[in-house]
Amino acid sequence: MIPVTLEHYLIVSGLLFSLGLAGVMTRRNALVVFMSLELMLNASNLALVAFSRFNGNLHGQVFVFFIITVAAAEVAVGLAIIVALFRRRQTVQVDEITSMRL
Amino acid sequence: MEDVSGLLLRVLAGPLSASVVIWLLCHQSKFYADFGPIMERQAAAIIAIAFLAGSTLFAYWAFGAVRDGAQMENRVLYEFLSAGDLMVEINWSLDRLSGLMMMVVCGVSLCIMVYSIGYMEEDPGVNRFFAKLSFFVFSMLGVVLSGNFLMMFIFWELVGVSSYLLIGYWYERPSAADAGKKAFIVNRLGDFGFLLGILMLWGITGEVDFVRVKNNLAAHPVDPNLLAVATVLIFCGAVGKSAQFPLHVWLPDAMEGPTPVSALIHAATMVAAGVYMLCRVSFLVFGSPVAMEIIAWTGGITALMAALIATQQNDIKRILAYSTLSQLGYMVMAVGLSNPEGSGYMPAMFHLSTHAFFKALLFLSAGSVIIALHHSEQDIWKMGGLLKKLPVTGACFAVGTLALCGFPFMSGFYSKEAILGLAYDRNPRLYLLATVTAGLTAFYMFRCFFVAFLGKTRGDHAGKAKESHWVVLAPLVVLAVASICGGWFGIPEWLVENKAISAEHAPKSVMLAALAAFAIGAGAAAFLYARGATTDALNKLPVLSWVLRNKFFFDEIYMVLVKVGQGTLAWLCGFVDRWIIAGLAVRGLAATTRGAGQVLRLFQTGNVQTYALWFAAGATIILYCLVR
Repeated sequence: MIPVTLEHYLIVSGLLFSLGLAGVMTRRNALVVFMSLELMLNASNLALVAFSRFNGNLHGQVFVFFIITVAAAEVAVGLAIIVALFRRRQTVQVDEITSMRL
Repeated sequence: MEDVSGLLLRVLAGPLSASVVIWLLCHQSKFYADFGPIMERQAAAIIAIAFLAGSTLFAYWAFGAVRDGAQMENRVLYEFLSAGDLMVEINWSLDRLSGLMMMVVCGVSLCIMVYSIGYMEEDPGVNRFFAKLSFFVFSMLGVVLSGNFLMMFIFWELVGVSSYLLIGYWYERPSAADAGKKAFIVNRLGDFGFLLGILMLWGITGEVDFVRVKNNLAAHPVDPNLLAVATVLIFCGAVGKSAQFPLHVWLPDAMEGPTPVSALIHAATMVAAGVYMLCRVSFLVFGSPVAMEIIAWTGGITALMAALIATQQNDIKRILAYSTLSQLGYMVMAVGLSNPEGSGYMPAMFHLSTHAFFKALLFLSAGSVIIALHHSEQDIWKMGGLLKKLPVTGACFAVGTLALCGFPFMSGFYSKEAILGLAYDRNPRLYLLATVTAGLTAFYMFRCFFVAFLGKTRGDHAGKAKESHWVVLAPLVVLAVASICGGWFGIPEWLVENKAISAEHAPKSVMLAALAAFAIGAGAAAFLYARGATTDALNKLPVLSWVLRNKFFFDEIYMVLVKVGQGTLAWLCGFVDRWIIAGLAVRGLAATTRGAGQVLRLFQTGNVQTYALWFAAGATIILYCLVR
């Protein structure tokens, strides 16, 4: 049995972050993009908790609490935007919403 | 104590208000018609002459005050400009010099205005003519009376403007419009020097007022070289206005204007303004021998050169124009040769005054001839025999010729003798040159007289010539009397109060040499032209005649100089402006911004995920830079 060290947590966190980033980049549905975004946030949360444990203080965990709080608010706003968008445009496919193009 | 400043203000106000009144009512011939038929036709002339006559009366009043040596209050009318230590006021300078000049200007202007009624009779723009002529008289009196350099410069430019307007009076003729422009531009060259000179003098003394500059220079002596440079720069103004070599080229072309204009502006008064100005600043000129040398030689060269050119001209007005150049050269030379301890500027001003009379007379006689030939012929070779047909005009022309050539006891005799005597004392080489010029003067004037007035009638217009109206002839007679008696009025005594000096006469030999020059010149002209010549015998002298007929090719030389010098410079400036400043700097900057925008807009796809990609890439790069 290999002892679980900081590196392992960070690798998992990096993998989760990369998965999230790949989702944000490639998926077309705004809801899925949003979910991938949450994945990235949680990846960073995992890393912060791991650092907190490694350093033996609570700084990282305080960060995580803040991030969870802000993420909750962000979800509320983000989902509301997506709903409003769907009502107006009847679509949530991000590649169809390019009216900001020059 | 008489208040002359108010008086002089009224002298100036006369012609100015005439000009304004005529100009404002210029197109209102119906307005004039209410005053009767004469008023309808000649309203402008009557207004101009009436106002000028009033001015002349006031001028005579002021002149009388100077003559009687009355206590005069000459106050500052208005503080025109005050900046730091510089104080420019509106004030007058009234002394014997400006008094004489003022009377000459008023008198000659009055004669010429009356004459213009006849000369401009058939011209539709006669109102415009009198408005401009009045404006000229106003500006000229301003030059004469101004009490400081800046005022003089302002009036100096106003005189230039009215000269431009009057040369181009027949503006629909391209040659007249071009001549006006030429006069203006050539004068600009001289005036630039004049302005620099004034600025330099202000830099040296901190004053621009004539009296204060004089006192300042007397109290604090400055580097004579500096003063000489300032004087020569101021002389540049005279070179332009008095048409001295090498800026003389505008004056012959100025003959495109109506003949009264040629007589008043380009013979009697305005072109003499340069000489008058030199006399006004004589305290400056007499202070630097180097500048005097330059002035004297410039005048001498002009006198000889113009006299040579005049011998081969065929247009009656051009002969007189070159004669004017030559006489102006005489005056400038006289200023340069002046003896500060002796007669001062007297010979120059004396000749200026007499010249104003006889040259105005000559021009007006030529104008009377032109009227008789219906304004269509000015070539003396197509005239001939006019003395019989135009006896009064011919006699007046003869009087003018004799006075100009210095025939004994005519006005020109005395003033020329004063200049020749001065040259004899001060500079033998210039004396020789002046005597040769006197001979040439007699030659070309008698050539003109013999060819135009004697012999057989040539040309159709000359055959049908009739004597002009009395309005034209009366001023001629008045000026003829002045030309004969001009030397007897005591102008030298007026200018030089010291009786011993003013009564001085040139040595007998000088007078005899001048008379010999006159006799040789007149005799040669009689030999060549008095016996009914129909072509110019001098045409047989190939190169000389060709060079003189073409006026030493000054116009052509200037054309080439302008083309090569100024043309190249203009091309270079154009190139720099068009390609470097406008092309590279201005349009280059715009093109760079535009190009950058074109490239950057490619990033703006409107797709959120593209932005996310760029954001991620950017964050990665920043992280990489930080961690590395």
